[in-house]
Amino acid sequence: MPTADIAGVTVDVNEEGYLTDPSQWTKPVGEAIAAELGIAPMTEGHWKLIDFLQKDYAAQGQMPTIRRVKNAGGIPIKELYELYPGGPLKKASKIAGLPKPASCV
Amino acid sequence: MKQLVILGAGTAGTMMANHLVRKLDKQEWALTIVDEHKTHYYQPGFLFIPFGTYTEQDVCKPKTKFIPKGVTHVDAGIDQVKPDANEVLLKNGNTLPYDILIIATGSKIVPDETQGMLGDGWRRDIFDFYTIEGATALRDRLKEWKGGKLVIHLNEMPIKCPVAPLEFTLLAEAFLTQQGTRDATEIHYLSPLSEAFTKHNCSVVLGGMLTDKKITFVPDFQCERIDAANKKIVSYDEREVEYDLLVTIPTNMGDDCMARSGLGDDLNFVPTDKHTLQSKAHANIFAIGDATNLPSSKAGSVAHFQADVLTENIQRFIAGKPLEPGFDGHANCFIESGYNKAFLIDFNYDVEPVEGAFPLPVVGPFKLLKETWINHMGKLAFRWIYWNMLLKGIPMPGITTKMSLVGKKINKQKGA
Repeated sequence: MPTADIAGVTVDVNEEGYLTDPSQWTKPVGEAIAAELGIAPMTEGHWKLIDFLQKDYAAQGQMPTIRRVKNAGGIPIKELYELYPGGPLKKASKIAGLPKPASCV
Repeated sequence: MKQLVILGAGTAGTMMANHLVRKLDKQEWALTIVDEHKTHYYQPGFLFIPFGTYTEQDVCKPKTKFIPKGVTHVDAGIDQVKPDANEVLLKNGNTLPYDILIIATGSKIVPDETQGMLGDGWRRDIFDFYTIEGATALRDRLKEWKGGKLVIHLNEMPIKCPVAPLEFTLLAEAFLTQQGTRDATEIHYLSPLSEAFTKHNCSVVLGGMLTDKKITFVPDFQCERIDAANKKIVSYDEREVEYDLLVTIPTNMGDDCMARSGLGDDLNFVPTDKHTLQSKAHANIFAIGDATNLPSSKAGSVAHFQADVLTENIQRFIAGKPLEPGFDGHANCFIESGYNKAFLIDFNYDVEPVEGAFPLPVVGPFKLLKETWINHMGKLAFRWIYWNMLLKGIPMPGITTKMSLVGKKINKQKGA
């Protein structure tokens, strides 16, 4: 399994750079991945989504959909696109140290 | 008598009634199926109606024709399930007690979930083809099409029959070519996904076809609203695409009665164990087909494979045995690509669509992930198989519940 050195920590990642073990995640790791994705600085609004994704993933065992982020996380979809332009959940899940959301079936 | 109640007499519910009536002890178990709708639709046929290949008569039969003797049909709407009381409250005020409940209430389009979709433009220049009304209205609109900008739009995943939007796009391209209006038509395909399809191997093949046929693919398009007055579709990141004719696959949701029952997720789909088909919330409630939240395709072939597993598990549940984690996510779908050709794909939770022959290794006659005439004939023949074998629970020779890897070019990969 490939590893990457992010913010001075060695973490396990998949071929797309997503962490494979959420327990290796730290806030500086998240910030470093965000910077790589062109999202800096991480504001309170950015962290609110990261926090929701991590809690929901731990509770549900799967990545929430954008609809669930809106309904259960209380974050309007428009705001997600402003915070994480281009693909909010793909980017935010990478920053959060979680799997890339499945495109479903 | 103990009561087994099936909610919904669509593809999955009807198959379960036909399987269980043969398996359960009639002295001990009474079977009831609840459905208020009169017509059983062959839903894969809706795709062909806009192009005049099938008529309404080809896809409609009375629902009662497929409910076997020995199963009581209750012709009533479902208000809600009361899982703690083990009963179903019907819209006519009656209650149905159950010992085992099977939820097969399916999924449906909910255009109202998108701002501006319903309104003046609906079925004037905005159409769906996931309902008989939408498919026939679109057929009439296409008859007068002279050219312009045709936009096909997938609103949100998951949807019933995930290949249908691409099939529609490819069939429309062929249809317009035959009508002589292709040169006057721009075709755009908008999707919230980053690729043409949900399975990467398939996206590569089908995405290439879109390019070859000069169809513009617009990825990562998450629709915020439709501006019907100005005929524009607008994404959350403020991209705008104009249309003359918008063919949309609106958000799909499970039945409202699941929300009323507290049994649904954000889209009213029932959280279900992906291998045993037991609901996550209640041991004596099972779910099958589109009604579930399973990460498998919402398609009739999938419901067919699930029905075999669920029939076994209902018997195990009754006998007090552990449930068999027998469902592997197996799906088998024809993909019409126009000009009397089609692809066939076979995949499950873990194995992506690959090349090979189906159902018999090497011999076929169908070719996986290849565009052939015989695949197209298979798709057309499937309508007869659906009405005469699949709904009645008659096994199909060579078609196994679990995906077979024999004769396939397996390249080890994890699917979604």
